[in-house]
Amino acid sequence: MFPIHHFLLLAAFLFCAGLLVIIVKRNAIMVLLGIELMLNASNLNLVAFNQLHPAQLGGQMFALFVIIVAVCEAAVGLAIVLRIYQYYQTSVPDEISELRDS
Amino acid sequence: MSFVTVMFYFFEAVAALAGLSLVFVRNVFYGALLLIVCLLSIAAIYILAFAEFVAVTQILIYAGGVLVVIIFGVMLTAKISGRPLVVKHSNLFGGILASGSLLLLLSYFILEQNFQAQQNDIVPNNPAINSIGFGLMTDFVLPFEVAGILLLIALIGAAVIASTIKSKKI
Repeated sequence: MFPIHHFLLLAAFLFCAGLLVIIVKRNAIMVLLGIELMLNASNLNLVAFNQLHPAQLGGQMFALFVIIVAVCEAAVGLAIVLRIYQYYQTSVPDEISELRDS
Repeated sequence: MSFVTVMFYFFEAVAALAGLSLVFVRNVFYGALLLIVCLLSIAAIYILAFAEFVAVTQILIYAGGVLVVIIFGVMLTAKISGRPLVVKHSNLFGGILASGSLLLLLSYFILEQNFQAQQNDIVPNNPAINSIGFGLMTDFVLPFEVAGILLLIALIGAAVIASTIKSKKI
């Protein structure tokens, strides 16, 4: 069994990289990629901690359900991005400012 | 240093490099390919962490499903001019500040803790896939069914949102 710190440090690094992608990129699909990266980082934590309790499978089960929810989120998110692109002819979130005050 | 250890750190390095270069890449299509690389190396790390079923699910769903959908999205939102879809960056200072400080905090608290395996925990003899199959039908049957309903809702919702037929009531 590998030391659990190394799993956790990689997960923390990937989570922060995903957060940086979400904040910095000016494209809705890039933001979705960042969200997927953050979800995978949290999954890595769950699988790593499941090694400490090999008799129970709670960590792996939770990782599976997180993957399922991530799939739903990606599908609905991309559908919304396509719809917004058809309507506004742009996929930059900052340019969709119809509800903004002034 | 055994072969498995070398593989573990190799895949960790690949995942970290792919995640980091996802920040710097400006082409959305290259970003999707980098995300595939990152997710596949995370699947390899799952196998080395004795979670084979999660690893196979990761490869099947992400590399087979989500990334194909994302690449379709990239192609459908690119303007038809022959040029690749290039992303601009904004909020650089705030983003680096937020994620850098979060990374510092997380790694400080991770390195401070001392995680130990519980010695009295019984290691099961049967493989994990067997236990996962039984667990999905006994202990986790309610979230399993709810996940099925959620997938159905997402399928119908995504199809309705992305369809181009105009409703007459609006």
